[in-house]
Amino acid sequence: MNIDHSKPLEYSTEQNRLNILGFWIFLGAEIMLFGTLFASFFTLVDRIGSGPAGEEIFEMGPVLLETFFLLTSSFVIGLVVHAMRIGNKKAMITFFVITLLLGLGFLFLEINEFMTYYHEGATLQTSAFTSILFTTLGTHGAHVTLGIFWGTFIIIQVARRGFTPETANKTFIFSLYWHFLDVVWIFIFTFIYLKGMTGV
Amino acid sequence: MGYFSRFMVPHASPAIYASMVAIAVTMFLLVVGLTYFKKWIYLWSEWLTTVDHKRIGIMYLISALLMLFRGGVDALMMRAQLAVPENKLLASQHYNEVFSAHGVIMIMFMAMPYIIGFMNFVVPLQIGARDVAFPRLNAISFWLFFMGAMLFNLSFVIGGSPDAGWSSYFPLAGNEFSPSVGTNFYMISLQIAGIGTLMTGINFMTTILKMRAPGMTSMRMPMFTWSIFVTSVIIIFAFPVFTVALLMGALDRLAFTKFFTITDGGMDMLWANLFWVWGHPEVYILILPAFGLFSEIIPTFSKRNIYGYKSMVASMIIISLYSFMVWTHHFFTMGQQAYVNSIFSITTMVIAIPTGIKIFNWLFTMWRGRIRFTVPMLYSLAFIPLFTIGGVTGVMLAMSAADYQYHNTQFLVAHFHNVIIPGVVYAVLGASTYYWPKMFGFTLNERIGKMAFWVLNVGFCLAFFPMYITGLDGQVRRMYTYSADTGFGPWNFVSTIGSALMALSYVLIVYMIYYSIRHSPREGASSDPWDARTLEWATHSPVPEYNFAIIPEVNSREPFWDAKYKGLSIFKGEYNKIHMPNNTGAPFIMSCLFFVFGFSLVFSMWYVAGAALIGIFVCMAQRSFQIDHGHYIPLEGVKETEANYGGGSDK
Repeated sequence: MNIDHSKPLEYSTEQNRLNILGFWIFLGAEIMLFGTLFASFFTLVDRIGSGPAGEEIFEMGPVLLETFFLLTSSFVIGLVVHAMRIGNKKAMITFFVITLLLGLGFLFLEINEFMTYYHEGATLQTSAFTSILFTTLGTHGAHVTLGIFWGTFIIIQVARRGFTPETANKTFIFSLYWHFLDVVWIFIFTFIYLKGMTGV
Repeated sequence: MGYFSRFMVPHASPAIYASMVAIAVTMFLLVVGLTYFKKWIYLWSEWLTTVDHKRIGIMYLISALLMLFRGGVDALMMRAQLAVPENKLLASQHYNEVFSAHGVIMIMFMAMPYIIGFMNFVVPLQIGARDVAFPRLNAISFWLFFMGAMLFNLSFVIGGSPDAGWSSYFPLAGNEFSPSVGTNFYMISLQIAGIGTLMTGINFMTTILKMRAPGMTSMRMPMFTWSIFVTSVIIIFAFPVFTVALLMGALDRLAFTKFFTITDGGMDMLWANLFWVWGHPEVYILILPAFGLFSEIIPTFSKRNIYGYKSMVASMIIISLYSFMVWTHHFFTMGQQAYVNSIFSITTMVIAIPTGIKIFNWLFTMWRGRIRFTVPMLYSLAFIPLFTIGGVTGVMLAMSAADYQYHNTQFLVAHFHNVIIPGVVYAVLGASTYYWPKMFGFTLNERIGKMAFWVLNVGFCLAFFPMYITGLDGQVRRMYTYSADTGFGPWNFVSTIGSALMALSYVLIVYMIYYSIRHSPREGASSDPWDARTLEWATHSPVPEYNFAIIPEVNSREPFWDAKYKGLSIFKGEYNKIHMPNNTGAPFIMSCLFFVFGFSLVFSMWYVAGAALIGIFVCMAQRSFQIDHGHYIPLEGVKETEANYGGGSDK
């Protein structure tokens, strides 16, 4: 295996460079996936049948807190990559754990939010609006859940094996994924929650 | 018993019972045969666990040929039913199931794997690489496709086939009007296969961007590689749309959501839009690689370089952009305003321009060329006029006002078969003959191949041209019968004769393969039997595991031709040890779990589905923790292999 020491560890081998490019392309496909969900959401947002509309069920408090958790975790994952670049394993793992804890906090709040909606009579089956709402949020939430497991595996590997071209590569790719989920959330916050609450 | 009654086929018929027996007998013979010839270990270690792009490509091609048989039998059943008026051979329900299965199988499980098979086999060789960027992901792609195909085919004998057409429009495909689990099979098997296809797109885009041989700039890429690059981009942007549509469809059917329902705000047209936002690019995913294959075959057998290389590339890129801007033309009659229809009419017609450029470029390539009428060239020559006819009738359909006359008639059926068969099927059949020696080290029998070509060609014209006429007269597609008064009878009978000829050509093709395996000379077989021009012909036939002992260096668009006739050297340097990826059984095992997951979702068996899903995640976790640096083929091994081929590769 040829390791190019002039590059950061995550870019140091040919396979690593391929992995990163491949993951960027995968994120392109993910943009299409969420784009389709958003397009469907805009199509169905007013088709509420006999169920509630967005402004009747959305609550600013929990959503703001979710946003705070996720945006902060995106900053912390940046610190993870920085700590990795300067070779500080302890800081890197600490920041990584904080990232995932913030992700877990986000998930906890989101599940709570779903339960509230459910008790207010907005279920997956209520109307086209609630179906697409839960599906869009749920797809994002499923990505976060997957990310928490994936991130945990990477933490264990870094703890055991230290910084190798492989673990650095995985960490960097994970950070791309996590930032991407954050970007998607910004769109969800703006176009689903804010737009839904203000009724613009 | 109540639990198992869900697996019964709701509309059983002798044909279905016969299929059950046939499947059971085939499985039994397969197991007995593998055991008797002691091939289990060979099968596992050489094929099921392989990550070699060439073997994966060949497995795609074998699957495609089998699915061509299955889809072809469906076609013959339809043609037999329509041969005469008021026929009672198939009941309406069976006819619905048969045309739905025919469409899905031919597009998703025949044409797609045929194309992806060539993609796999040819692209790394053409760009001078040793494998794709992610060999293991490639194996996952194949096995997901394979399990999706098997799951779909299973619907015929367990639970019932989908019966809402290959486009599966809602509300027809909803629970109310399609109560059997058939449409569940559609939603879930296509989802599984579709994930595989998306991964293929990502894999090949990365491969083509990063793994080209030194010196192969983007404007020196072979035309087929260019077509696969453009196709990969379309796959990456189109398939996620289908993923979401299928997810919503599956949720509507299994979790009773309200996406496409008539009540509670659901919108059935959303499915139609999402389906075709994917579905129209999908037909370009099929045709662009076919164009790429023709662009390899025509220069080789005309002894000329491709005419208008840059315009060929530009037209493919333009086609890929336009492919996303035309989806509404699939439902001009379904309620848009006139100006929306007009816009989509125009975008649709505009696609004819870049396509026309390609047609003329192929003609100019042949102009004053030294044409050899081999089997691949015959397919290419027949493709040009037939595809043009299909394209022109496509422009007719693109005129939205006129479309009201022939929307959903046999005219449409004739049109899209007229582009897909001479376009895609002729391309893959021609390319099968063209690349066969590279895959297996001997050529296919030319005489039987030509016979199959002519029978297919005559059969195709007889089968589909009459449909244009009955379609214009108003014969509706997907109708299981018609009355004698309509006058459609004679034309339909001609169509049925044509389809029988096409079936005969399939038999001839299979016989050609059998005959060639038995009788074709292996000794003295050339690694370059066609006097070809691009890098895949510069290595041995059959291709060694590592493709190229020395990575080639490229100085022109047709490096191998220039090496042969202009004395440029492409293999510089010495043999060295070669790094290769390790084989692994994980993709196969994980895809089997996907099969179980899909099957249990179809029948709403949630606990089994949950267990299978956990199994899938365990496979992914295992991959995450695995340390896998691949292995090296030692220098002696490379030297020995090269010596067995009779000296170094073309030096």
